[in-house]
Amino acid sequence: MRLPELPLDVVPVPGALPAFHATIAADALPGLCRDALAQNARLVALWGSDETTRGSGYAVHVALAIAPGLLWVSVPLSGERPAYPGVADVFPCAGRMQRAAFDLLGIRATGAADERPWLRHGAWPADAHPLRKVFAAESRFAREDDRYAFVRVEGEGVHEIPVGPVHAGTIEPGHFRFSVVGEKLLRLEERLGYAHKGIEKRFEAMTLEQGAKLAGRVSGDSTVAYAWAYAMASEGAAGTEPPPRALALRGVLLELERIANHLGDLGFLGNDVALSFGFFQFWRMKEELLRLQHRLFGHRYLMDAVVPGGVACDLGAPEAALLIERLIALEREASTLKAIYDEHAGAQDRFIMTGQVLPELAEKMGLTGLAGRASGIRHDVRVDHPVRPYVDFPVRMAFHVRGDVAARLSVRFDELFESVRLVQAIVRDLPPGGVRVPVPVPAAGRRGVGWVEGWRGDVLVALDAGEGGRLHRVHAHDPSWQNWPLVERSVLGNIVPDFPLINKSFNLSYSGHDL
Amino acid sequence: MYQMLKQVARTGIVTEPPPEPDEALRELQQRLGAAVLAHFGRSLAVRHVDAGSCNGCELEIHAANGPHYNLERLGIKFVASPRHADLLLVTGPVSRHMEVALRRTYDATPDPKLVVAIGDCGCTGGIFGESYASCGRVSNVIPVDVAVPGCPPAPLEIMRGILTAVSRKPGSPSTAR
Repeated sequence: MRLPELPLDVVPVPGALPAFHATIAADALPGLCRDALAQNARLVALWGSDETTRGSGYAVHVALAIAPGLLWVSVPLSGERPAYPGVADVFPCAGRMQRAAFDLLGIRATGAADERPWLRHGAWPADAHPLRKVFAAESRFAREDDRYAFVRVEGEGVHEIPVGPVHAGTIEPGHFRFSVVGEKLLRLEERLGYAHKGIEKRFEAMTLEQGAKLAGRVSGDSTVAYAWAYAMASEGAAGTEPPPRALALRGVLLELERIANHLGDLGFLGNDVALSFGFFQFWRMKEELLRLQHRLFGHRYLMDAVVPGGVACDLGAPEAALLIERLIALEREASTLKAIYDEHAGAQDRFIMTGQVLPELAEKMGLTGLAGRASGIRHDVRVDHPVRPYVDFPVRMAFHVRGDVAARLSVRFDELFESVRLVQAIVRDLPPGGVRVPVPVPAAGRRGVGWVEGWRGDVLVALDAGEGGRLHRVHAHDPSWQNWPLVERSVLGNIVPDFPLINKSFNLSYSGHDL
Repeated sequence: MYQMLKQVARTGIVTEPPPEPDEALRELQQRLGAAVLAHFGRSLAVRHVDAGSCNGCELEIHAANGPHYNLERLGIKFVASPRHADLLLVTGPVSRHMEVALRRTYDATPDPKLVVAIGDCGCTGGIFGESYASCGRVSNVIPVDVAVPGCPPAPLEIMRGILTAVSRKPGSPSTAR
């Protein structure tokens, strides 16, 4: 079939989403990306794969968000010298993804401005590529010299502040290199990859069923989003569909995950401006919600609740009534706290015009998810391409244009209230029936995609089934890939002490990015 | 201000009793003598190190600092530098990219010191195991006194692990070390 206005033949990818797959030649990739950009497409992910065990070379894959849905483009590359024309000049967020694809597979983006390693620090040598099929997962190498060429800012009075990978607070590992003059930030350069623990290689030793548990641990705070995306991809590849009740419950779980994370962040944002009242109030509410989730669904963070074929939990009528009752109380308390935040002059002074990303820059760089919606980017997978239960329960998209800490705070409040409304609506109308169906083993070469709007942004899982029920390749993509580069930009001109506040207002994943 | 005070009054105190230590969590014989433990017991500085976790354990460490658990009331305080710390709370399978940073953090922590590994990954390597990218469990890299399983372990279990690390094994000689 053909897509309107894009010159290529596509085949539908089976599954819940409107998704399409196409195979094109490497030299056609930049042109396709430019055409897609002209029609307001976004780059969702770029990754590589090893196809040598299937009698060809390597491949680079690009996932684009286009008007009709998700377009997955595969570009076959030679086995001897795998290279393709880089697309970072069209989609700037592709730069780091291209560097990661080289580290992991040895496929080179030609014409790229930055060819420094990204996910490889020194645990494996430059000529070894962990996601190649000949690379044994248990390989060990002597540690290499790990000197990363940070960009130096020079001039009178400029100095550097290196921070991390071990941070002062309870957060994930990463390195931030600040170049400052006085208190003002002239430049921030991130270095990530410290949490790289070989997740994608691990998938390739697993069956479809085993992979679900791993998918739920790509980024623990988004376990429902990843587990759902993985389940959606598995079900598409296997050609099966979960029962309606399971799909409704997935919606409930995903919105609860959003509520819990937003409560935590609203507390932290209070804490970072010395409003510890806010921290304790929101963390009390979050804890009460986590306990309720444990009681109703068997896990405080809802891990392993979404499985291929459906869900591993159910909600009886008395439990549903309890959930609704507690959410009504939660909403009332959150409203009280919102009024206190809104009227707190000291807090607002720190929030407003801090860490700003204007819509024009956000659009150019591909800012996504919650942070995108705070900077004028009107995208939400639940709205753009709703699957059940969102088809029956349309989502009202939160939206702001100022792109500062205050805007990201405001979007969190709006989404919190919207998720409370959605959960109540879905729970009041839960379809009867079973919650899980068996998932047949997909034939080798079958593809599936899952694309879910997690609390942070859109999570993508692209799955390619292998021989004997194994996984040939699973790529899990976190929205943090798109948003980390904007953290670098958002801090410019701000003072160093506002960095923790700005960073927390994005609250990006390290583990989900480093894989 | 009035609204804030009203909310505080309405909330009251939600803090719950702390858990008891659990000897089953201990990996190494208690290395510290009673005199040291008596000090640690009342004022313990904790440095958290994420050595490559999925961030699930971090959520529960945050929760342990929330009002229901309120670690600080027990004299247990999170500090910003290993040089100020008595105890390292380490999460994750140790990624090979964090191996050096974890060793350096351990070396920077003054003696006497304790290490508590948090979560299934910290205890065994968990679902990520050992590979080209992962050293597996924390004790493969630095000595671990107490290991707390769970994916992730609940805040009470994390507290229990910390309290076990600073408690004296019943019947052990009080002059150890």
